[in-house]
Amino acid sequence: MNEWLDPLLLSRWQFGLTTMYHFIFVPLTIGMALTVAIFQSAWVRTDKAKYLQLTHFFGKIFLINVAMGVVTGIVQEFQFGMNWSDYSRFVGDVFGAPLAFEGIVAFFLEATFIGLWIFGWDKLPKKIHLGTIWMTVVGSIASAYFILAANAFMQNPIAYTINEEKGRAELTSIWELLTNPIAIAAFPHTIFACFMVSAGLIISVAAWHLYRNQHLDTMRPALKFGLWMMVIAGVLTTLAGDQLGLAMVDAQPMKMAAAEALYHTATGANASFSVFTLGTPDGVHELFSVRIPYLLSFLSTHTFDGTVEGINNLQAQYVTLYGPGDYTPTIWITYWAFRWMIGLGLAHMLVAVAGLWLTRGGRSPKRTWVWKVAIWSFPMSLLAMSVGWVFTEMGRQPWLVFGLMRTADGISPGVTGVEILISLIVFSLLYGILAVVEFKLILKAVQKGPDDAPVQDAESGAHQHAVTVY
Amino acid sequence: MDLTILWFWIIAFMFIGYFVLDGFDFGVGMSLPFLGKDDTDRRVLINTIGPVWDLNETWVIVAGASLFAAFPEWYATMFSGFYLPLLLILVALILRGVSFEYRHQRPESSWKKWFDGLIIVGSAVPAFLWGVAFANIVRGVKLNANHDYIGTLFDLLNPYALLGGITTLLLFFVHGVVFVSLKTEGDIRLRARKLATKAGIVTILAAATFLAWTTLAYGTVASALLAALAAALLLASFLANLRGAERLAFALMAGTIGLVVLTLFSSLFPEVMPASNNPANSLTIANASSSTYTLGVISWTALIAMPVILLYQGWTYWVFRKRIGRAHIDLAVH
Repeated sequence: MNEWLDPLLLSRWQFGLTTMYHFIFVPLTIGMALTVAIFQSAWVRTDKAKYLQLTHFFGKIFLINVAMGVVTGIVQEFQFGMNWSDYSRFVGDVFGAPLAFEGIVAFFLEATFIGLWIFGWDKLPKKIHLGTIWMTVVGSIASAYFILAANAFMQNPIAYTINEEKGRAELTSIWELLTNPIAIAAFPHTIFACFMVSAGLIISVAAWHLYRNQHLDTMRPALKFGLWMMVIAGVLTTLAGDQLGLAMVDAQPMKMAAAEALYHTATGANASFSVFTLGTPDGVHELFSVRIPYLLSFLSTHTFDGTVEGINNLQAQYVTLYGPGDYTPTIWITYWAFRWMIGLGLAHMLVAVAGLWLTRGGRSPKRTWVWKVAIWSFPMSLLAMSVGWVFTEMGRQPWLVFGLMRTADGISPGVTGVEILISLIVFSLLYGILAVVEFKLILKAVQKGPDDAPVQDAESGAHQHAVTVY
Repeated sequence: MDLTILWFWIIAFMFIGYFVLDGFDFGVGMSLPFLGKDDTDRRVLINTIGPVWDLNETWVIVAGASLFAAFPEWYATMFSGFYLPLLLILVALILRGVSFEYRHQRPESSWKKWFDGLIIVGSAVPAFLWGVAFANIVRGVKLNANHDYIGTLFDLLNPYALLGGITTLLLFFVHGVVFVSLKTEGDIRLRARKLATKAGIVTILAAATFLAWTTLAYGTVASALLAALAAALLLASFLANLRGAERLAFALMAGTIGLVVLTLFSSLFPEVMPASNNPANSLTIANASSSTYTLGVISWTALIAMPVILLYQGWTYWVFRKRIGRAHIDLAVH
């Protein structure tokens, strides 16, 4: 068959594309819901108009994203069955449960209360209306937990037994499944990273206005809020990422080796972390490298004299365990994705710390480039998050479920390459067009800035219709 | 009761929830060219479902996830087998969902027309294709021993399935129009009633034919009774609408849709995807379901969560119980 129509390759591209795209809206939903909830709480507490303006302003940006998050989420839910039916048959008994939990417990909560929040401004008492956005926050965070628990099973399959007769994995303990060490570590890492992305958005938006010296009364507090959120979420993301690294070394040592492109097992000072490497394209031969000794040992084991297993070693072990085959992920992708994730993440914390310093006590930096750096916060933090997912998913390859099922064995045998090519083209075009529309709409909402403080109706106390009607 | 059988009916319940709720969203979307004379009218229509379309659509995600968890084989066969129709449904749902959000972002009428068109098509396509899909499941499709679909796209476009699609499309259309009459005030409310009557006649004909065909070709005693009841409720809804009893007409439409889904599920029972080429390849409740342990786990979750879910979703409908008219739209700042 024509290699263009290879169902495996096309299915992988489609899953990668649709998931990365969906995951632009997930962190925005999670993080912006929290942001809006905090601003609205501040308004309810202090009754200051600027907090209401910020609630509406970021609420509007939040809402433009919500619809996209919902509809691209349906694609995710359907795609396991459509493109990965053999995977679904094999793991459904285990993997389906957290997905069902996510739907029943989290999605309904999120979808119902978001509707109440959008349209409930003049229909609900102030505090109950505030409660609806907090319920949305709870729903969005709970859904993240369940989906990460499902994903953790693919990284570190536990709590199952193989039913030979039915040829599938079966769940043995839901508790064990939901407390998978990878899930426990990945959850805070992901959630705080989502908050970083939202903080990036707030910083970008606020900096854009402040650079133009407009909307100072609202955008200045917004900038401060975004900077603090970035610093705090950044520290927590880093700490959680460190824990995730330890859990990963335990469950998937190959991924850590691939993250460093470490071919030979190394101990202590030799287990160094390379900040930057130039090598032959396959990554096997190194030409030039900036290295920090001991750091990889520390990241992997939290000791300075630890041993980190190399790719060649692990490959040999896996051949004995699982039979002949290539068990190495694509090294240049894992290597660089790992670095970009950490580099961009740390850079953002630095930018935020610098921002807090430069704006201390009412100061405002004069230099243009300072503001330009701040305006790039959002795309860069989003990129950090995206490459983080590329790393964790590409680092799992060639496995679909680590040690249990190869990616190649999970596709839908009944679906032809042509069908998948059609759907890949359709999704690429559709998502591409929507990205342009979405970007323009958000840009327009951002540039318009917050509306003037809404006038309060003296009798009813009703404030606004700004976000109440389509 | 055996948990596998319980879950067969829970899945039916989830799809009833989805079709009853998103069904009227589809109907409202499809009614735009008939009831939306100008932009204000169309905004009235869209705002009748504004606060709830998102949660209604979530029912399909939950139904899909529950199917995955309770009947992985059924989920895998159905979703990979109906690949292109489901792709179309996804595209339609995406375009419809973003259109609600996008159409009011700019004032130009050319901009709004675009998204009105997408809402109409995006509502009609899933309303039709869900019927085609479920009719095909009842009719049976070609499956191999691994339960993979081996028919073609054109096998799915048989007369019975197409009639099933037309039936769901019309049912959802009337359901949505009756919903409009229940949720609006003024001229549009009266026009919605009239449209529901006109469309109701065609719908009764299509649904009666489809239900009779289902009963004769694939029915059991139980499904025949359910089909008769569905037809009776549809007729009663038609009469209620004629007499202007909007709430009753809407409730009876919801009941009709629920009973049509039950008719299809009870025709299937105890199979879930019969193989038309070789009965040995059929997926049944027994061979498609998850283990007793997994079913037990999700049963407890559903048992505890569902009453809460129904409560807060019911509360949402209560909060937004007021009728919407042109005056509300003109008031809104945009």
